[in-house]
Amino acid sequence: MKLRPITAVALRQIYLMRSSPVRIMPMVAWVAVDIVLWGFIARYLNGVASGRVNFTASLLGAVLFWDFFTRVMQGVTMAFFEDIWSRNLINVFASPMLISEYLAGLVLTGVTTSFIGLIVMLIIASAVFGLQFAALGMLLLPFLLVLFLFGIALGVLASAMVLRLGPASEWLVWPIPALLSPFVGVFYPLSTLPAWMRGIGHLLPPSYVFEAMRAVVAGQSIQIAPLFISVALAALYVLLACLLFTAVHRYTVRSGLLARYSAESVS
Amino acid sequence: MLAGMVGSIGVLEGGTTGAFSASIAHSARPGPEGIHDPMATLALQASRLCKRYGELSAVEDVSFQVRHGEIVGLLGPNGAGKTTTINMVLGILRPSAGSVEIEGIDIARHRSRAMAHTNFAAVYATMPGNLTVHQNLRFFGLLYNVAGLNARIDTLLAELELSHLRNTRSGLLSSGEQTRLALAKALLNEPRLLLLDEPTASLDPSAADLIRGRIRAMAATGRCGILWTSHNMYEVQETCDRVLFVSHGRILLEGDPKALPQQHGATTLEELFIRLAREPLALPGRAS
Repeated sequence: MKLRPITAVALRQIYLMRSSPVRIMPMVAWVAVDIVLWGFIARYLNGVASGRVNFTASLLGAVLFWDFFTRVMQGVTMAFFEDIWSRNLINVFASPMLISEYLAGLVLTGVTTSFIGLIVMLIIASAVFGLQFAALGMLLLPFLLVLFLFGIALGVLASAMVLRLGPASEWLVWPIPALLSPFVGVFYPLSTLPAWMRGIGHLLPPSYVFEAMRAVVAGQSIQIAPLFISVALAALYVLLACLLFTAVHRYTVRSGLLARYSAESVS
Repeated sequence: MLAGMVGSIGVLEGGTTGAFSASIAHSARPGPEGIHDPMATLALQASRLCKRYGELSAVEDVSFQVRHGEIVGLLGPNGAGKTTTINMVLGILRPSAGSVEIEGIDIARHRSRAMAHTNFAAVYATMPGNLTVHQNLRFFGLLYNVAGLNARIDTLLAELELSHLRNTRSGLLSSGEQTRLALAKALLNEPRLLLLDEPTASLDPSAADLIRGRIRAMAATGRCGILWTSHNMYEVQETCDRVLFVSHGRILLEGDPKALPQQHGATTLEELFIRLAREPLALPGRAS
């Protein structure tokens, strides 16, 4: 893999953000709104519960982690969609760039944009609502790593889906985080779920993060093994998503879909 | 009237590869390093290319070569298979059968290496309109891993008279300016094979002449082979060293665009084109 084609994909997004500040707004506006909304809900619940439960840490922390995950996913897909919206797929895929370099470029873009959102969320959550993020200590690293990897996996999966099904399938991508959220237990323990949902939840790496985060907030000890499982699962999903994207790309080259991709929908 | 034409067609259909090999042996020019081996001077070799979509055959048994320093025109009516052929050469469409070699590199096995020697401009593959001229060239320069990129961009901007539009968004450019930008992108990596799909389609005569001159100058260096599609027969006659007539996915005729019309009883290349486009089914061995 060469570094320059990878940076090209990310640099393109930076150019777009620099030339149009409106593009920065979605990266920070929605996460800011989420943090403010949930911050006040947590503050209200803290008052009702008279300090027996730390809702700021459990609710606001969960929102912050979940938003970070969705921003990673959207960062990857947005970079891919940019090539679709600007009808640039033929230019990109007719270049010497490898598919692995392209995917690495999408990931680099996802990293850049999601960390901008993360910083905004951290500032608001800690400055306005007093969230003690540092209380998570070194656990913060595996937590963010799992969410980051799973966000990349879903972003690449969603990109593969749109490459295969056509631009009109874009609307299928946006609800993916919302569809997953009941299964991963963002706001409640997995034990709350019926067995079949719990089974699905255990296959989703973020569920381990939210379980561990709640344990930390409740002052319980953390089991390291589940965290290792979640990292391994997330890494496996990244690998599978990249393999899927590569397979879909091969299919589009073989079937002629890539060369005719400007069509609204592709059968 | 078609009798003379049918003779040539029969040769091409019966043994396309052989006919082209003979053509190369006859007219191979020294490469940039003075190499006279015909194989060493090939920018592109397409061998027995086929593309089928189920029962439909878009391209059938097409073989041709492009040498360095040569401009080859790929002509044919709409839907003849020109763009399908170019897409296969670009590696964004896999042939059902046959092979493509660029600079002797098989794109099926080493696509990235082969594409590093290639570039293209096409009316259907415009630059992202939300990036400026400079940003677009920088983006594609990085994709093609161009060394000395800033200097290369400056040179191309100056040569194609785009320097004053450096910071203008590509979507705001006129058709002529967009075509020049597409050409600048296509020249970024100093390709050994340049594919141009109707590069002057939307240009005024003056702008088209500028582009043709630039392309002819590039071919004259002997470092680059050019495959050019156009519906402008005057342009083809003026620019191309050799033309391939394609219809219904097959190469029907090949030769010097200045000599072909007379050889086949037509007064102009356009007349010959129209005749071939309207009567391909009258060819031997094809259903009428």
